[in-house]
Amino acid sequence: MSASDNPTTTGLTTESAVLAGELFGDGVGTQAGPPATPAEGTGVAPGAHSHGGPAPTGSPAERFTSTDPDAFGVPTGREETWRFTPMKRIKPLLDGAESDAHLTWTTDLPEGVELTSVEAGDPLLKGLPEPVDRLAALARQRSGGAAVVRVAKEAQLDRPVTLGLAGTGSDEVVWGQLVVEVGAFAKATVVLDHTGLARYAGGVTVLVGDGAQVSLVSVQDWAPGAVHGGQYDAVVGRDATFKQVVVTLGGDLVRLVSNVQYAGPGGSAELFGVYFSDETQHQEHRLWVDHAVPNCTSNVLYKGALQGEGARTVWIGDVRIRPAATGTETYELNRNLVLTDGARADSVPNLEIETGEIVGAGHASATGRFDDEQLFYLCSRGIDAETARRLVVRGFFTDVVQHIGIDALQDRLMATIDDRLGALPALDDQPVEVA
Amino acid sequence: MSVLEIRDLHVSVGEGDDAKEILRGVDLTVRSGETHAIMGPNGSGKSTLAYSIAGHPKYTITGGTVTLDGEDVLAMSVDERARAGLFLAMQYPVEVPGVSVSNFLRTAATAIKGEAPKLRTWVKDVKSEMELLEMDPAFAERNVNEGFSGGEKKRHEILQMRLLKPGIAILDETDSGLDVDALRIVSEGVNRSREEGEIGVLLITHYTRILRYIKPDFVHVFVNGKVVEEGGPELAEKLENEGYAAYVKGSQEVASA
Ligand SMILES: Nc1ncnc2c1ncn2[C@@H]1O[C@H](COP(=O)(O)OP(=O)(O)O)[C@@H](O)[C@H]1O
Ligand SMILES: [Mg+2]
Repeated sequence: MSASDNPTTTGLTTESAVLAGELFGDGVGTQAGPPATPAEGTGVAPGAHSHGGPAPTGSPAERFTSTDPDAFGVPTGREETWRFTPMKRIKPLLDGAESDAHLTWTTDLPEGVELTSVEAGDPLLKGLPEPVDRLAALARQRSGGAAVVRVAKEAQLDRPVTLGLAGTGSDEVVWGQLVVEVGAFAKATVVLDHTGLARYAGGVTVLVGDGAQVSLVSVQDWAPGAVHGGQYDAVVGRDATFKQVVVTLGGDLVRLVSNVQYAGPGGSAELFGVYFSDETQHQEHRLWVDHAVPNCTSNVLYKGALQGEGARTVWIGDVRIRPAATGTETYELNRNLVLTDGARADSVPNLEIETGEIVGAGHASATGRFDDEQLFYLCSRGIDAETARRLVVRGFFTDVVQHIGIDALQDRLMATIDDRLGALPALDDQPVEVA
Repeated sequence: MSVLEIRDLHVSVGEGDDAKEILRGVDLTVRSGETHAIMGPNGSGKSTLAYSIAGHPKYTITGGTVTLDGEDVLAMSVDERARAGLFLAMQYPVEVPGVSVSNFLRTAATAIKGEAPKLRTWVKDVKSEMELLEMDPAFAERNVNEGFSGGEKKRHEILQMRLLKPGIAILDETDSGLDVDALRIVSEGVNRSREEGEIGVLLITHYTRILRYIKPDFVHVFVNGKVVEEGGPELAEKLENEGYAAYVKGSQEVASA
């Protein structure tokens, strides 16, 4: 089947999803989620846009999407997409009050990169993947236009594009939309570095041109009290490579929805994430990888740690392999390390496979305490239990952080994580028992 | 000079009604300069013995004593045992994601020696030991045991033994899963420690193959949770020819390979 074939919608073979869960489920605490029920077919395919980027896939999108906030209704908290979110705390964003508030931008733009903006109604915006929930639709609408980072085709940047986005402490909601458009065969890394105090709803769309290699790093290093909701979309061109690294450390509530679709065959997407939730922090990461064309790969690795009363994380990993997506290879893994009592991690991987002609598909999810075997191994080399635990937790994070590939940023994030671990009294209360 | 003394050791796994006795009265003494081979069929409790000495939390000591130079090993935490001079090369080394081999080795050496080893000599020591074990230098930057082949894991265990210089080393099936080249390289590593004189080795194996490279002074046949026969190297030859059948009723187990 070629990429241009227009696949028809078939009944979802949810049995194979469940089966895959059993086959690939991993270890203690493994949890396979129920197959997602797609909303009735009101969704629209991502449209074409006029900037020479990826072409539309033409595949049906069962997930309801719309640019109109009211098309979603006002969420009550009982909806599948909102049931994990503390509605009171996200209310300031969902209220949707118009505002001109902004984050403070500090930019570092290497040669070959252009930062511009487009007005609402620009054809570029019409072609973006649509919002999947009311908050994302509000962000798209309220932001009015979009900031656009353009990387010329075949550009090889000598350093990452960095957008420092700092909250000013205002109570007003900041609405934002960013489009990162990377031309064919270009190679670029873009870092979004969120700091400070803000109420922020921001959409981010990355259009990865054919054969391009793009890394998007999004750091949520917010000050306490910040609220951040956002939809991230990547449209991966033919034979292109997209890597996303999400690092969520700060803020009161962070809820990010990351979607990937492929505009042509041969694309590859890697989605890495790391989060660390302290007392009362809510960190929610929802992923949706939509394989609708042949011979694409996706790899998802999210790891989180939780400590303190009311620390809460949610990870939803949806991967769909549509009938046309033959030759797909996908794997997703979520691990949560619960460091103290009173913390709760939800983890729901969900794989739906609609064709048998795939290379491989699997998912795993595990949530638990320290791995006794790892601690034993380290201690059996003379390392005391406290140091061993620090090594294990540090390693747990490093495993993902090292995918960023920017030493200075990695060091800064690991230092922040070290500080947070330093404030971990419960480590002393958890001796390795010796028989 | 170290002496590891195991007396009438009883060990069980599992809790309450599920508790199952695995070791049923093990007696063994290992001194510096001696190499003891423990040979037994699968499931006889060899790893249980190794883990119990090292202090794995899964095993419950229900009776007996283990001492190192007269000190009560069973009263020590896992890390204290290692610092007292015990080392266990594991049958199934554990992956530790995100912790590099070089960081791990240096942290372990610092713990064992009580101070950070001098950087210059340390780097040189690690490099030359890795060369002798025919390990790629890039190895040091990989995460501990992550994605290692079976042979790489075992070389990594022996590398640790070489660098941490224990008084007593327990090698749990370090030979299993190795091809002939890897077996020779790993055995030579063990023999370097033996030639330096002060190490006592407890060599746990299912097969006689490794004993062609590492000559034991004593051989103990281990069946069903205890030592059932002891002798010199000639006992290994007997096992090579006759297998464990004489010790295990109805067993088809063969010791030679
Ligand atoms: N955690 C455990 N729970 C129950 N049984 C165990 C456990 N660990 C080991 N055993 C049992 O103890 C016996 C000895 O195992 P082991 O010490 O690994 O033997 P060997 O190393 O000689 O092959 C086996 O019957 C094994 O099934
Ligand atoms: Mg064993």
